[in-house]
Amino acid sequence: MSMPFYVAPEQQMKDKADYARKGIARGRSAVVLQYEGGILMVADNMSRTLHKISELYDRIGFAAVGRYPEFENLRLMGVRFADVRGYQYDRRDVSGRQLANIYAQTLGTVFSESLKPWEVEIVVAEVGDTAAEDEIYRITFDGSIVDERGFVAVGGSSENVATVLKERFVADAPLSAALHTATRALARENGEERELEAGNLEVAVLERARQHRKFRRVHGRRLTALLEEGRAGGDGAAGASSGAAGASGGGSNSDGDSSGDQADE
Amino acid sequence: MFEGFEGGRLPAAFMSAGTSSFTEFVRSVSPELLPGHHLPSGEGTEHLTPDATTIVALTFPGGVVLAGDRRATQGNVIANRDMEKLFRTDEFSAVAIAGSAGIGIELARLYQVELEHYEKMEGRVLSLEGKANKLAQMVRGNLGMAMQGFVVVPLLVGYDENTGTGRVFSYDAVGGRYEEHRHHSIGSGSVYARGSIKKLYKDDLDETGTIKVALEALYDAADDDSATGGPDLHRKIFPLVDVITEDGHRRVPTDDVAALATEVVEGRAAHPDGPTVTLR
Repeated sequence: MSMPFYVAPEQQMKDKADYARKGIARGRSAVVLQYEGGILMVADNMSRTLHKISELYDRIGFAAVGRYPEFENLRLMGVRFADVRGYQYDRRDVSGRQLANIYAQTLGTVFSESLKPWEVEIVVAEVGDTAAEDEIYRITFDGSIVDERGFVAVGGSSENVATVLKERFVADAPLSAALHTATRALARENGEERELEAGNLEVAVLERARQHRKFRRVHGRRLTALLEEGRAGGDGAAGASSGAAGASGGGSNSDGDSSGDQADE
Repeated sequence: MFEGFEGGRLPAAFMSAGTSSFTEFVRSVSPELLPGHHLPSGEGTEHLTPDATTIVALTFPGGVVLAGDRRATQGNVIANRDMEKLFRTDEFSAVAIAGSAGIGIELARLYQVELEHYEKMEGRVLSLEGKANKLAQMVRGNLGMAMQGFVVVPLLVGYDENTGTGRVFSYDAVGGRYEEHRHHSIGSGSVYARGSIKKLYKDDLDETGTIKVALEALYDAADDDSATGGPDLHRKIFPLVDVITEDGHRRVPTDDVAALATEVVEGRAAHPDGPTVTLR
């Protein structure tokens, strides 16, 4: 009768990794980057309800690409872990590093033990009291964890996206300029230039200055206004000077509009 | 408890589709964290935790005010002078507690996590009725403790985004939920506070006016109930006041409350029984 073929462990791992990479590459990318008021998270997402970006805890956000049910599972796990931890000790005792470690261990175990690896790549971002204390972790399908500085891109062809990010990233850019950088990077995903509209974007920020829970979604009129502002400021002179011009407008706009767009949620 | 990760995994319950309720989840993974997990046995356990007292809640057009005194007592002893009995539970709601302080604080903390947990798991906020019903279940869950003498009664206030009004919900020890109209008060000094509010409250008061009525009512409660503390001008301890409107929850800054409370105390120097209303 048939004997199963012997497959070398190296080959087995390589096959699994290829499988996962192919799965992830089918989806769209997401980027997470610092801006002057905290951390900005942007994903290329058509759906208004199936989120790629979510809140984990007071200061901690979650961004994921790949297969929705798989990263949704990880998100629920993170929310549960964080809430139990925070309830058991104190709200300050929940950290992004803990969550990143749990995700890394979980993905690592799934990758080595189960037949099918999870086709996901996730980012855990924690906003600190100052920009120097911000933490951004990227966790890949095999449970590798990377501590990123400033910005990170995950998903499909994240190298293309990361290249654009590296060119354009300014550490303390105003929100509209940072959003412009992020959308330009996402638009360059497949080498070709696409125009990304508010409808295809899922945007959220972890606002340093915000009380209690720092996570906040940006959508509706506020998002459209920020995108227009970024385009106006960013394309004329893509440098530090345009950043300064957008700063004043960006600050007043985000505050004035915020109560209005709660309603259309 | 899942302190470490044996075998690199959290318990399976963390990954299951399961429930959006934090309490239910904690009950399945580590029930020892929940209040009331071990029922005390035996008589005379009431002295174990102090009692928290008077809370008042008043609505005004477009919002609601919640205020509470700061005293906790154990029998005839003042156990705490600056206790906080008001808890912000989410952007548009707050809870205040009367009764066994230790149990009440834990209940409020759990309720706060419960609302936030639901919001994060489901991606949407509970309706105000949903929040009120959830709290009723939690109070009912405390019935065993209540039978042992640890009675906790919360008062829930919230801004209803659908109707654009402030609303008040009161509870009894078995979890009965009652929506109150215009105003309500709970705790040992509530009888006096309610009498005071009934005479001073008007439907068209603004936010500051409503806070003033609340402070007058708390003063009247402290005047006649030994378990309720009045404004303490020397130690600079003043009632806590929360306001919830369409802009969300806001704790009124201590300096603002101090100014209004000092006004109330000075008014009483001239008229010890407080402002009077004219008969019509």
